[in-house]
Amino acid sequence: MRVLIDQDKCCGAGSCVLSAPEVFDQREEDGIVLLLDAEPPAALHEAVHEAAAICPAAAITVEQSERV
Amino acid sequence: MTTAERIEREQETGPGAGPTPVAVPAARATGCPFDPAPALERAHREEPMTRATLWDGSSCWLVTRHQDVREVLGDPRFSADATRPGFPFLTAGARQFASGNPSFIRQDDPEHARLRRMLTADFMVKKVEAMRPEVQRIADDLLDRMTEGRHAADLVAEFALPLPSLVICLLLGVPYGDHEFFQKHSSVLLSLRSTVEEVDLAQKELQDYLCGLAESKRREPDDGIVSRLVARGELDDAAIASMGRLLLVAGHETTANMTALSTLTLLRNPDQLARLRAEPSLIKGAVEELLRYLTIVHNGLPRIADEDVTIGGHTIRAGEGVLCVLNVANRDEEVFPGGAALDVGRDARRHVAFGFGVHQCLGQPLARVELQIALETLLRRLPGLRLDIPFEDVPFRHDMGIYGVHALPVAW
Repeated sequence: MRVLIDQDKCCGAGSCVLSAPEVFDQREEDGIVLLLDAEPPAALHEAVHEAAAICPAAAITVEQSERV
Repeated sequence: MTTAERIEREQETGPGAGPTPVAVPAARATGCPFDPAPALERAHREEPMTRATLWDGSSCWLVTRHQDVREVLGDPRFSADATRPGFPFLTAGARQFASGNPSFIRQDDPEHARLRRMLTADFMVKKVEAMRPEVQRIADDLLDRMTEGRHAADLVAEFALPLPSLVICLLLGVPYGDHEFFQKHSSVLLSLRSTVEEVDLAQKELQDYLCGLAESKRREPDDGIVSRLVARGELDDAAIASMGRLLLVAGHETTANMTALSTLTLLRNPDQLARLRAEPSLIKGAVEELLRYLTIVHNGLPRIADEDVTIGGHTIRAGEGVLCVLNVANRDEEVFPGGAALDVGRDARRHVAFGFGVHQCLGQPLARVELQIALETLLRRLPGLRLDIPFEDVPFRHDMGIYGVHALPVAW
């Protein structure tokens, strides 16, 4: 899994941080999303998919790795 | 638009549009005060995208399916700018409210994003999580006072309302001593019964109050949001007052009503209440489920199409209004099987109770922390909590833009 974020789209709602705090954080000065781990381990994949699904601004994209 | 033109328009939109538009706001059924209005649920079952008629005889689209609601609210081709001709309003008062000093909630990007980003740091998850001890202290103080020498009280007046009120005042730098003043005006702005004149007056009173506050922070700065907006020097006092008013009004009515209505819902679902009491660790998920189940922004979020957009198989034409019915979408069986029932163990995170898209509630991390602490503390400290009047006598807020209860007499 590869995670991509678009900081220009982010509206700072913070729902990604609640779903997967190991992968997402927010910038201190303006609350915009920060990516902590672009290739999170399998145990976090479900949480990352959830974070992408509930992101209100569609700022998170998940690319599936070709290796299974 | 004349009636003939409307009929012609409806014919153009195809048979799916249906011959009888739903009148909104639609009334809830008596006896089922937690459920969406039957007319809206029926519309969802029969045709998830249909036409609605509004108070002034105009019509708009009614969007009830979870996926369609997310598509509309997430699509920048739908504008939140209430000054555009054809924007759907629920009442004449709501139209008046939107016309004066709009805050960023009624603006589109890039201006919306510029203004909203001045506040995102204040509501980010880490910042709000750090407020837990303070919110807990406020909750405990309120319950100490409410229970001292007594065994009955109005939960709204003594706990559910003052808790978020104290917190938002603290954050903004607004003196809590003025709470009766701004709670009164805030209620007028959100009432479906307010006249245009009443809305005008409440707007002006709040705007003047917050302009005065901004001026006083210029002389005596503190670390509240209003003071920091003044210090940035990018906004004039009127713009700061609009932003402050949005936060003050939104911070009050929403969490207060979610707290009281959630408590009542749990009392009416004793199996769910027992489960939550037995497993307090369920509280975070339970709050998401209560947000989904109750969806207190219950009349629909308005938008207007900037260009022709196809959603759910229907083409919404440029200039047509849309109401996204969040409470029906949050019970969409495709996303929440058995969604008509409360289940504190459900994974309800995909709910749209905070809206969706770039306008999704800025204060949601704060609302979550407040609700988790308020409910956990209430259930832990008052094991014998019960409703103190017949359920039929509970004054539900059918007349308000934010649903809930006007009062909740409880005993313990």
